[in-house]
Amino acid sequence: MNRKRSSRLAALLAASLLAIAGVAVAKDFITVASTTSTEHSGLFKHLLPAFTKDTGIDVHVVAVGTGQALDMGRRCDADVEFVHDKVAERKFLDQGYGVKRFDVMYNDFVLIGPKSDPAHVKGLELEAALRKIHDAKPPFVSRADKSGTWAAEVRAWKHAGIDIAKQKGPWYKETGSGMGPALNTAQAMDAYILADRGTWLSFKNRGDLAILVQGDPELFNQYGVMLVNPEKCPHVKKELGQKFVDWLISPEGQHTIAAYKIHGEQLFFPNAR
Amino acid sequence: MTDIFASLGIALRLVLEGDPEFVRIVALSISVSLASALLACAIGLPIGAAVAVSSFPGREGLIVLMNALLGLPSVVVGLVVYLLLSRAGPLGELGILFTPPAIVIAQMLLVIPMLAALSRQTVEDAWNEYREQLTSLNVRPWRAIPTLLLDTRVALFTVALAGLGRAFSEVGAVMIVGGNVDGVTRVMTTAIALKTAEGELPLALALGVVLLAIVVTLNAAAALLRQWSAPRHG
Amino acid sequence: MASVPRSEVLPVQVSGLGVRLGAREVLAGVTFRLEPELRTVILGANGAGKTTLLRALHGLVPSTGSIRWAGGEREPRAEAMVFQQPVMLRRGALANVEYALAVNGVRGAERRRRAMEALERAGLSALAERPARVLSGGERQRLALARAWALRPRILYLDEPTASLDPGAAAAVEQEIAAIHASGTRIVMTTHRLGLARRFADEILFLDGGRLVEQTPADRFFEAPRSKEARQFLQGELP
Repeated sequence: MNRKRSSRLAALLAASLLAIAGVAVAKDFITVASTTSTEHSGLFKHLLPAFTKDTGIDVHVVAVGTGQALDMGRRCDADVEFVHDKVAERKFLDQGYGVKRFDVMYNDFVLIGPKSDPAHVKGLELEAALRKIHDAKPPFVSRADKSGTWAAEVRAWKHAGIDIAKQKGPWYKETGSGMGPALNTAQAMDAYILADRGTWLSFKNRGDLAILVQGDPELFNQYGVMLVNPEKCPHVKKELGQKFVDWLISPEGQHTIAAYKIHGEQLFFPNAR
Repeated sequence: MTDIFASLGIALRLVLEGDPEFVRIVALSISVSLASALLACAIGLPIGAAVAVSSFPGREGLIVLMNALLGLPSVVVGLVVYLLLSRAGPLGELGILFTPPAIVIAQMLLVIPMLAALSRQTVEDAWNEYREQLTSLNVRPWRAIPTLLLDTRVALFTVALAGLGRAFSEVGAVMIVGGNVDGVTRVMTTAIALKTAEGELPLALALGVVLLAIVVTLNAAAALLRQWSAPRHG
Repeated sequence: MASVPRSEVLPVQVSGLGVRLGAREVLAGVTFRLEPELRTVILGANGAGKTTLLRALHGLVPSTGSIRWAGGEREPRAEAMVFQQPVMLRRGALANVEYALAVNGVRGAERRRRAMEALERAGLSALAERPARVLSGGERQRLALARAWALRPRILYLDEPTASLDPGAAAAVEQEIAAIHASGTRIVMTTHRLGLARRFADEILFLDGGRLVEQTPADRFFEAPRSKEARQFLQGELP
């Protein structure tokens, strides 16, 4: 290859890289680490355009499990955390990675299972239902991915008096996947699974699955938001990120959250104080 | 079966309607994959050619390593790039994690070993044929590298195309370093993963059909180019 | 013109040349002297070591013994070789010649001029832009000769230059070889075509079983070879 041609190629490469990079830096933006449940439920598609319209700030959401989302914050790769595992969030704050945590909204978890309900849990309270599942041993899908939903599931087993880590058997399928993929798995094997209501409502591939247990106070699912600590992470976009936090807990943001509905059903309930 | 037919219908509608979000995802997929494949060619092909024409202690071991890297799980590459580009990592200052350039880097690193291993084989075959002739013309091995690369260009084009295909169909690493950010780093594969997660299986499959169609089109174009060039250059 | 004057190259003194391929001794104890001006043809049965001798002289295979040029060490840039199956690069005929010149440090307009001149002398000017790999066998052979010629070597080794060519193409190749010789290049060639050897050779090197059996002026060789092996070879080969 002659020199002229290779230098032309290099110029082309550089130009294409710059063009691609340009897409990302064209506008003010913040990076929000959030959970698969908020993304998969479609909330962000509804919420973020309203915020961007109000403030001119773009929001880049990286949706992963709560555990991974908090880890992103610890590595300073996010400006704002928007997650749902109060215990893990407290720890994050105690370690100094978060500035101040605000409640934003809640919804609830639901116990999903096949309509035939081989373990006969329909209408029971959560703890009783889990004990019956443990006795009957129908397939049960666990996220096992350190997500907020998984943390809630593990707590629920504990409250039901079952040490699931020790007493699990082949019936207890740990998929290590996000909410949606785990629901796909449960659908394919007619399994029971704990899911957040938001993802469930927007989930299309339900097959024979249905909600069997809901409304138990233990199924309460609180979402919180916090700015990643700029003292730990100098790159954090303090002002822009704080604007997002403030907007979420403002009447405006709270109203927008409440307005998100699928088939007339509200998915998230604002509860900022 | 009905699902699959439904997907074909959706795929057709996506393409015909040219929904802006869909177009943006396809365009981003193509541009990042092209950029990473070109960069990988610029790095991987000379490496493969250099190994092909040189002899040094440990060469066999290096070739084994290169071939083994072909099987490198993309998630590992993604994780390594993530740790490098993370603000807490050595290249954190660049601030390109969760941006298209991060995807380009990850895809490039995935494709380089493939291009190096395959081009090493191709160039070495040519070197065996050319070696005495080039030596007789006083061509030193380092000077033979560009000569051989140029002379095996048709075969290397196929290799490069395979690299582009690998970049284009990559999901694991792209998900990790790109973050699948809506409108920023969402490419076809991560969109498929997302739609699958949302239980929108027919739509996910439809995106897969479109992806396949693009790859098939690329390969058909390459086959035509080969057919056209073979009688011209022998 | 090339930078190496004739006096520094010739004569070439080859002494005790040996080549081993693994355990097999392909060439052993080959000693001869190449005088200036002459045209040398190497003859011998298949497997006698003709091609190996050329390759050893050209430094393409490791050998024992010594090859001394008049000026001292072998100078690779002062010699060229055309293989039985020349390898052409996937580019035009002219570009192939220019490549060889470029590698040997000939630059710019001089390179183009010398390449064109070589093609012209080989009668290939009309095919300058034709991809080298799609030329006919005869055209490829002539192009290979032109490529070697353009380098203006003091010595040119030719391995079976007319093998597998039809009579017309072989005649054209033979003509080109004669022209190269006339331009002052020392030619050393193997062939199994005795007609070519008779027409062309000034002297014959006859190999048998990897040994040099005789080095004889050509007319004497074909009339009355000294060795029994050469007599048998000529009887067997001649119809």
